[in-house]
Amino acid sequence: MTFINYASKEINCKIVYYGPGLCGKTTNLQHIYDATAPQAKGKLISLATETDRTLFFDFMPLELGTVRGFKTRFHLYTVPGQVFYEASRKLILKGVDGVVFVADSQEERMDANIESLYNLDENLRAHGYDLMKIPYVLQLNKRDLPNIIPAPDIAAELLRKDEPVVEAVASTGVGVFDTLKAVAKQVLTELRKS
Amino acid sequence: MVQMPILIREQRYHQIKALLARLRIDAAARLVVLVEKDGQQIAVHGELGELDTTSLASLVAGNVAATGGMAKLIGEKEFPTLSHEGDKESIHISVIGRVLLVVVFDERSSLGLVKLRSKQVSQELAAAFAEVERDSQLGTGAATVAFSEITDEEIDSLFLQS
Repeated sequence: MTFINYASKEINCKIVYYGPGLCGKTTNLQHIYDATAPQAKGKLISLATETDRTLFFDFMPLELGTVRGFKTRFHLYTVPGQVFYEASRKLILKGVDGVVFVADSQEERMDANIESLYNLDENLRAHGYDLMKIPYVLQLNKRDLPNIIPAPDIAAELLRKDEPVVEAVASTGVGVFDTLKAVAKQVLTELRKS
Repeated sequence: MVQMPILIREQRYHQIKALLARLRIDAAARLVVLVEKDGQQIAVHGELGELDTTSLASLVAGNVAATGGMAKLIGEKEFPTLSHEGDKESIHISVIGRVLLVVVFDERSSLGLVKLRSKQVSQELAAAFAEVERDSQLGTGAATVAFSEITDEEIDSLFLQS
């Protein structure tokens, strides 16, 4: 939920990266962290297992700049992608302002994408949100791998509305900031409406 | 539907800060932080030092959400307080409606004192935050109007600044 502090002149928004296990949610955050100037970011917190799989969430605060004298800060979260972390995943969506769905472009992960998107829809509903109305971006990740499905075919399967679709290779940073900008812009536009 | 933003106005912010300052002295605490249940830091008072309070707020919210989930599994509504005791530094968290009161303390204080003082101030904090929620629902005033007038160019310029 957007939090506007008039005393400290700050706008804080929450963005959640969602998607199936190993689709590259943490890699997106890691790239944003690595590519951002130290004064614009806080720590990257990763609650991960010993094998570096997200256990609860990753978190990093990112300051974009000022608008109308207010510092805009985005709190970026990832959810654990593995199916059995369902309870944790649901908790992290609470108070979300915008969602990025990171799809794995590999052919063998298409079913996992569909299942995860269905799960996102359900969990948003449980918190009273509607995927059709919330700021939302679809990222097609891992476009550098050999066994990928053509982008229009994945989009045809995963598109839910007229959301922006960004092709990405999160491991090298391709499309990572375009995705963030696309969702952040929608969140701020939503703020204007409210 | 996206929920309405929470608006915290200067007067309310200073009122909350004053309550935190009083608690910090009464509880002999190092630091007192008020956090919204979704992980947003509302106000902080005390010896900050190198402490990253933004991360602390996010982790506290995650912690409360996780233990709240456990509470529901065993048939409880929630666990109203959580304590984590370390060798030197400890943390006490009270769930007060939609906000979390976090007290960081060391050997200058004790868990019993922190619990007592946190409980004493919780009603006043709940009342102050209820006013914040009321302000947010009203959502009027010159400051909010400013946001309704944000242009596409201003939003785009944010990404050029970063």
